[in-house]
Amino acid sequence: MIKSELVQIIANKNPHLFLRDVENIVSAIFDEITDALASGNRVELRGFGAFSVKNRPARTGRNPRTGESVEVEEKWIPFFKTGKELRERLNVDK
Amino acid sequence: MEGKTLTRADLAEAVYRKVGLSRSESAQLVESVLDEICSAIVRGEDVKLSSFATFHVREKNERIGRNPKTGEEVPISPRRVMTFKASNVLKSRIIDGHTSAAKGSKAKKAG
Repeated sequence: MIKSELVQIIANKNPHLFLRDVENIVSAIFDEITDALASGNRVELRGFGAFSVKNRPARTGRNPRTGESVEVEEKWIPFFKTGKELRERLNVDK
Repeated sequence: MEGKTLTRADLAEAVYRKVGLSRSESAQLVESVLDEICSAIVRGEDVKLSSFATFHVREKNERIGRNPKTGEEVPISPRRVMTFKASNVLKSRIIDGHTSAAKGSKAKKAG
């Protein structure tokens, strides 16, 4: 499923909304999550999962081809932990 | 850096603020967007949200694990897991947000 298909499904279930409104709703949700993570917050959605940011400190790396040392800058990466309910729903038949 | 935790209520508030639906309808729509994503994942479909992230479902085979406390070998049943791959847009937004905040706090200390 891609974003436009998600928008279409939601639009079909809400015939009183314009497609453009649904696009804005879906964008608002993911923009809000992005903004939260960019400003150092986390987002916890019970039953779905939690988005957070992990810090990777600066380190001295090595170019695997040449063996040369390179300084790798500190960075922050997004992290997602699947919620318990979704994890269980993925394996109900197992 | 703020260090708050946002929930569904904050996402509903964002929809209310940006789209102008009622608060209760905003909350319902946030719920149905999350429901549809969950359903697609449970059906085994990948969910690709451009400029945000991809949720991918992986099938894992049975493997032998070990209880780290007792050292006992136990079979880990085959299972499905979900993986999250952030888009480059999301990654760079997060790096930009954190590096500018780091510079901002250094500037404050200097000043």
